[in-house]
Amino acid sequence: MTDPLFEFLCRLGDNTLVLGHRVSEWCGVAPVLEEDIALANTALDLIGQTTMWLNLAGEVEGAGRDADALAFRRDVWDFRNLLLVEQPNGDFGQTMMRQFLFDAWHVLYLTELEKSSDARVAAIAEKSLKEARYHLDRASETVIGLGDGTEESNARMQAALDRLWPYVGEMFDSDAVDMDMVAKGIAPDPGTLRPGFDATVNPVLRKATLTRPESDFAHRGGRSGARHSEHLGHLLTQMQWLQRAYPDATW
Amino acid sequence: MYAQMIKSTGQNVKSPEEMDPQERAFQERVDAGEKIEPKDWMPEGYRRTLIRQIGQHAHSEIVGQLPEGNWITRAPTLERKAILLAKVQDEAGHGLYLYCAAETLGVSRDHLTRDLLSGKMKYSSIFNYPTLTWADMGAVGWLVDGAAIMNQVPLQRTSYGPYARAMVRICKEESFHQRQGFDIMMKMANGTEAQRKMAQDALNRFWYPSLMMFGPSDENSVHSAQNMAWKIKMNTNDELRQKFVDQTAPQAAFLGLTIPDEHLKWNEARGHYDFSEPDWDEFFDVLKGNGPCSADRMEARNRAWDEGAWVREGLLAHAEKKKARKVAAE
Repeated sequence: MTDPLFEFLCRLGDNTLVLGHRVSEWCGVAPVLEEDIALANTALDLIGQTTMWLNLAGEVEGAGRDADALAFRRDVWDFRNLLLVEQPNGDFGQTMMRQFLFDAWHVLYLTELEKSSDARVAAIAEKSLKEARYHLDRASETVIGLGDGTEESNARMQAALDRLWPYVGEMFDSDAVDMDMVAKGIAPDPGTLRPGFDATVNPVLRKATLTRPESDFAHRGGRSGARHSEHLGHLLTQMQWLQRAYPDATW
Repeated sequence: MYAQMIKSTGQNVKSPEEMDPQERAFQERVDAGEKIEPKDWMPEGYRRTLIRQIGQHAHSEIVGQLPEGNWITRAPTLERKAILLAKVQDEAGHGLYLYCAAETLGVSRDHLTRDLLSGKMKYSSIFNYPTLTWADMGAVGWLVDGAAIMNQVPLQRTSYGPYARAMVRICKEESFHQRQGFDIMMKMANGTEAQRKMAQDALNRFWYPSLMMFGPSDENSVHSAQNMAWKIKMNTNDELRQKFVDQTAPQAAFLGLTIPDEHLKWNEARGHYDFSEPDWDEFFDVLKGNGPCSADRMEARNRAWDEGAWVREGLLAHAEKKKARKVAAE
């Protein structure tokens, strides 16, 4: 069995890697210049976090792989990110809704990780949390602004919420890896974070005049790697292309 | 140089005797190196020319995100991806400062944006060239940002205060951009056979378009003479181009790359490199909208603007509702 700590670190690093990549796809084509800047900034933070998590994962693994080797030389089934973050950008509303749902969970999770018994995990969490809080503030404001905007913007935000809600549940799944982390005091049981998530999300949706979907049906298979969506392969095809095409090169 | 072929009044520079007292006082302030500020009186031609120049510069920063954005999702390492993201983010920021500087002259960002999207206003010709390999990210930083710096460093002393101050901030970031470009080129030029080939190919494709960034010779241009008298333009195009070649030729040699110009040679008597002119017909074709990527760039910007309309309208509607609720509560 793979070292649970390695699995856990890949989950964190792959989330930020895949989401950072998705956000970076907006480069130069956002609806307004301030958003170009903000999206690039968000992507930059997420890629920075990825480097820290995946370097630590490589160190824990002890097989000589660093963050780049993990990011650019693994195939789909070795990725451990949530299905939510690999979903395509859609329109700007869908991108910001995905960001909001992820950030709401991310802030809670990192807040717990700051207390990790593993000092390396706690240090990365502390640095990431500052950024995640800022991302959450901004995403919340945007979700409220567009939800409570025009009829069209409201309809688009509701559609985005309905489209992405089935990917929320996976964030609160617990498995053997999580239980091992809980036992060692490294990370919390994700299942315990749901009430906090609802407390963050519900008031924002209310202010945004959006209706929370009734069904809590959840797609699963990202964080375990068992069944990613078709989208991840295409994302990796683009992201990993240079490293795969020129394996002898250094960049 | 992100602003090219900036038209001015089209008239010869007036002598002090031809100026009215207000114009003369203005010119004396400019000559004395004083900064002109938004509320100061200025000739209408000065104001209009500055709007054209600052606007074109801002548009170049915005469109300039596209050729580099083309490689963000394919950057080969996490560090390279982060650096490129930071650079493109800087460029959007430069666009923002410059639009703000233009706004002090009484034109809104939306107005300038509409003129860009309709094709009425231009952006630098260089961004109509494609970025085809990772080495192009190096070449853009090294050559394109390098050429931009040549023009922008003197513009820190330009007569219009808000423009000069924007340029101070921009120049600091541009020199970081150029260094990161050169760093990519060094890695590529000292890398595998395939990487060296990419590096040389990037230099081959970007050399002449970079020389074109300075615009054709303007020694006899009335526009240029007026703009220099107003200190909106600080050097002639040929001066800047020569300076660029003089700086870049030894760097190419250091990289072990060959500049695609058989006439490039150090001229001891002049103390400068001799070099070939770019193909100015190609330059004018690009300006007319026939650059290899002109249609793609305009399409991308128009699509971003059109598809973003609901977002801008939504956020505006929300802001108005919020304001109305606040008023109702008071």
